Amino acid sequence: MKKWYMLTLIGRDKSGIVAKVTQTLYQHNCNLGEASMLRLGGNFTIMLMVETSRSSEELYTFIFPFAKKNNFQLHVDPIEGRLHRHKESEVHISVHGADRAGIVAQVTTSLMKAGLNILNLRSDVAGTEDAPIYIMTFSGQAEKGVEALESAVSELLKDNIEIQLQTEDTLFG
Amino acid sequence: MILDIILYPDERLKQNSLPVESFDDEFQTFIDDLEETRLAGPGAVGIAAIQVGRAQRVAIVDVSNMRKPVENHGHLILVNPEITAWDDYEIGREGCLSVPDFTGNVIRATTITLKSQDRYGEYHEYKMTGFEARAVQHEIDHLDGKLFLDRVVSRSTDLFKRKNYKK
Repeated sequence: MKKWYMLTLIGRDKSGIVAKVTQTLYQHNCNLGEASMLRLGGNFTIMLMVETSRSSEELYTFIFPFAKKNNFQLHVDPIEGRLHRHKESEVHISVHGADRAGIVAQVTTSLMKAGLNILNLRSDVAGTEDAPIYIMTFSGQAEKGVEALESAVSELLKDNIEIQLQTEDTLFG
Repeated sequence: MILDIILYPDERLKQNSLPVESFDDEFQTFIDDLEETRLAGPGAVGIAAIQVGRAQRVAIVDVSNMRKPVENHGHLILVNPEITAWDDYEIGREGCLSVPDFTGNVIRATTITLKSQDRYGEYHEYKMTGFEARAVQHEIDHLDGKLFLDRVVSRSTDLFKRKNYKK
């Protein structure tokens, strides 16, 4: 029986990684599900949903030679994987400003209390080393209604946090 | 009668639909069926004939029942529609009855001028903006064999409308 695994690969950025890994998986009759690759602080991070009838140990050994050669960290974890289960975000939020400790925690905690279930989040530190700025964008579902999130946003604005909230109108046609 | 929706990657979704020439009884029945099919789907504001396998330049658009009301011209049956002017552009999120379980951000003209016949062949001209203009562009794309997938610029966390909250 085929099972889903999450394959995670982390290392120094280098061209051709995705092609190499996916080619190897293909040669071992693995199916790919959803995947994301992000470059975080000069490291690439790949998370791949992989479906195979082989065990997690076997899957690990398929990729291990490549990971070892390039000094990448490799993890293979069994997951309760399902495709065709995308959730639609209802709100999109962006936050930015001078970098300061605790800002991500403050914003996400206050919005979580107002019913936000985050589906996607991306946070970056930009600017210069002397004057770093952060930029965070995320989206999710408003489980206590959009109004609850709007009032949480107003509270954060009073704290001098630059935050914008936008509701989503997805067009289906 | 509810018709079957064709799903991507069905090749028929890529063909150019042909102009409507006859506004006979059979055509009127088809329009009623197309509308019934649109309403049976999950909150679709539009549908094009090719989505049920009929390669004719017919689409229905109705954005008059949005949760957050938007500018609109009511319930529109568009036959041989043609956009004659475009102005400005914006990004917005779209999904499609023919592409289940996926949405993405697409750039569309903000304002359009639309010339179209109605179900009886009468000519009309509309000036449309925002969500309604987006819906019409999405449907006319279907008539030209295009899907929103051909136009997706990004997927998820982007913020696209600049709505500033006052402190």
